[in-house]
Amino acid sequence: MKKPAWLERGTPTPKVVWPLLALLILYLFNLIVMPGFFRVELIDGHLYGNLVDVLNRGTPLMIIALGMTLVIAKEGIDISVGSVLAISGSMAIYMLDGHRLWVAILAALGVGLLCGLWNGMLVAVLRIQPMVATLILLTVGRGIAQLITNGQILTTTRDSYEFIGKGFLFGIPFAVYIAAIVFLLIYLLKTKTAFGLFLESTGANRKSSEFAGVKPRVIFMTAYAICGLLAALAGIIYSSNLSSADANNAGLWYELDAILAVVIGGTSMRGGRFYLGGTVVGAIFIQSLTTTIYSLGVPPESILLVKAVVVILVCLIQSDVFRQKLTARKRKVTAS
Amino acid sequence: MDSDILLRMEGIRKEFPGVVALSNVDFCLRKGEIHALMGENGAGKSTLIKVLTGVHKEDAGTIKLRGREIHPRSPLEAQQLGISTVYQEVNLCPNLSVAENIYIGRQPRKRGMIDWNAMHRLSEELLARLDLHLDVKQQLSLYSVAVQQMVAIARAVDISSGILILDEPTSSLDTNEVKQLFSVMRKLKDEGMGILFVTHFLDQVYEISDRITVLRNGLLVGEYETKQLPRTQLVSHMIGREWNPGEMALEKSERGEQTGIFLEAKGLGKKGSIETFDLKIHEGEVVGLAGLLGSGRTEVARLLFGIDKSDSGVMELYGEKLAAIYPQKAIRSGMGFCPEDRKAEGIVGELTIRENITLALQAKHGLFPYIPVSKQKEIAEKYIDLLKIKTPSTEQRIDNLSGGNQQKVILARWLATGPKLLILDEPTRGIDVGSKAEIRKLIFELAAIGISILIISAELEELVNSCDRVIVLRDRVQIGEVSGMEMNESRIMQMIAEGGERYEEAGMA
Repeated sequence: MKKPAWLERGTPTPKVVWPLLALLILYLFNLIVMPGFFRVELIDGHLYGNLVDVLNRGTPLMIIALGMTLVIAKEGIDISVGSVLAISGSMAIYMLDGHRLWVAILAALGVGLLCGLWNGMLVAVLRIQPMVATLILLTVGRGIAQLITNGQILTTTRDSYEFIGKGFLFGIPFAVYIAAIVFLLIYLLKTKTAFGLFLESTGANRKSSEFAGVKPRVIFMTAYAICGLLAALAGIIYSSNLSSADANNAGLWYELDAILAVVIGGTSMRGGRFYLGGTVVGAIFIQSLTTTIYSLGVPPESILLVKAVVVILVCLIQSDVFRQKLTARKRKVTAS
Repeated sequence: MDSDILLRMEGIRKEFPGVVALSNVDFCLRKGEIHALMGENGAGKSTLIKVLTGVHKEDAGTIKLRGREIHPRSPLEAQQLGISTVYQEVNLCPNLSVAENIYIGRQPRKRGMIDWNAMHRLSEELLARLDLHLDVKQQLSLYSVAVQQMVAIARAVDISSGILILDEPTSSLDTNEVKQLFSVMRKLKDEGMGILFVTHFLDQVYEISDRITVLRNGLLVGEYETKQLPRTQLVSHMIGREWNPGEMALEKSERGEQTGIFLEAKGLGKKGSIETFDLKIHEGEVVGLAGLLGSGRTEVARLLFGIDKSDSGVMELYGEKLAAIYPQKAIRSGMGFCPEDRKAEGIVGELTIRENITLALQAKHGLFPYIPVSKQKEIAEKYIDLLKIKTPSTEQRIDNLSGGNQQKVILARWLATGPKLLILDEPTRGIDVGSKAEIRKLIFELAAIGISILIISAELEELVNSCDRVIVLRDRVQIGEVSGMEMNESRIMQMIAEGGERYEEAGMA
């Protein structure tokens, strides 16, 4: 039997191994500490349980993180995704009042796309540093959302809209299907079109790629546009799940979780190679961690601290330097 | 005799994933000698130096400094042991002053504060030792690359205690600057320093070195006294086959008939970059662009390929006017461009050889249709065979390859697009004799099948040997053109030296 390429000597371990390992350890911990974590029940034909909860609640993060992966692959960053999520949610619920469902959804997605294009223009055309460029929308975004909601928390009772974030299809939360489709589409974009190659090459070396005929601007604009669009999609799921839109608090700090998911997934902030599978695992890990902490009954004031400690550990496992030092010490111990 | 030995490396072995870079290599450096390390790209020169300077850890073998075994684990450690290195690219901070660059990290202090006066005085003394008289308070970037190189050497000499490694220090210097560098090297040698010198220029090796160690494919070929090693022998040691100068000058007459004009530029120019120029390139013709650094030779190529936008003139392909040109359009019109700065503008280091080869072809298509990976592999394998690229697989990262092989990958990238015109900017810079000959031979073969080539090179011999016509640039102005009998090195040099006026007439004839 032929060994898979990554098992052969000398080839580096694939990036997705480390987040998977972290996830495995977390679940192992749960298995020991609270076996009930894995219980999945079928109630009214719907699956319930912590695992389902992780998937369901994790979808907005997963979807945003996938968009973030593309932006980070081009050596960029988009810290406005949380605000775009809020704008989109507000837009959708505002439009639901008096419009058809599809109009509201299209309006929300359209706003997200516009936000993405705006970021893309600042970064790709005007060459503003990504952190600064998206900082604008991070700050202004919640203001725009407040203008849409007129400073109120908007609510909706439209069943068809609530189904997006709360509904079940064949026993599984509907939002999980959306996330799966998004993943599949981005995956196809990466493997079946040249977008993946161009994104990785411009992210790794913009000049060389330009000299080889790639148009970096188009690639960057596309990456940011997709990121904005996906943030809007996440906003729809998020607001639908809560049946309300809160301009101030919806998706607060999501940008940081999304960046973390991407980095845990193995994509470097320096750009270049990107790993969609890794990002998904990273997002699931973050959501699992949150759910675990809540289920454990960790006092609310320590939650962020516990989360931070775990994240540090995961980042350490990921670091090549740290692993080398660890194995070097082991070797020394065995030698002496 | 043995007491003269500064450094002895024995049985050095170094392996990288898939490649044995060095195997059982010995190297010995004596007091007061200049020792040239020679070999083709991929022979293991840089790896040997990196092992010595602690960048790489050797897998086997010993390094002894003055009889004591050492294990440098980082360049800093090697430096503390007295081994200093000056690399091809100047590794200094251009935004700091000359004195700061020399004493960075070890500034002389007085009562805990930096003693600027002492620092400036010491820097001046140090540079004076190398016959260099600079204002050490000036920012380093105000000086030429050559002077910066000397400053780097001055710093290295000051840190070093007897061993200096110069890794291709002359590749960006002109003749006079090389002379200046050599006089400094001789001086240091007389002071008893051991200098390890890496270069691709044979003339320089014979001018300055006492001994030569030759590597080939990671193995030691031998150590020789320079005086007793004829050039032809050295070259055959390096490339491992009998040297045949005739091979390089493959008959130009073998080229196909030059018929139609592929590209014509009329009054093309860009303010502040290159004055307006006219250029005609026939199908299957090899045209050279000669001129010193900064003469505008690269700028011509950038305009033709659409990287820079011209602000005057027109460009025609097959007699049809082009409205605007940008790289993707240039590729679609059948052009390819190997840039001068291979690392920054050529390769995409993080990607594989396969991806690097197919990048331009895919860019020619645009996003769709995507070339399937299996097809990409096929293309990559075809060119790895054709150009004899040394790599274990198509999936190797390109930055694991040696310079010459990287250059071949970039050539493969363009050949894969089926070009009608290749623009090669310094295609053989920083490449050893063997690969140079191979790449030159390839140029002839391409011309023979009807591909036009525009070569930019600082090596006039290279241009004269391979071109049908040479266009001469000077201070951003096209000053003339030579072909046929009058196309020789001295004539071109004269034109560059004396300027255009007197030659305009003759050149255009």
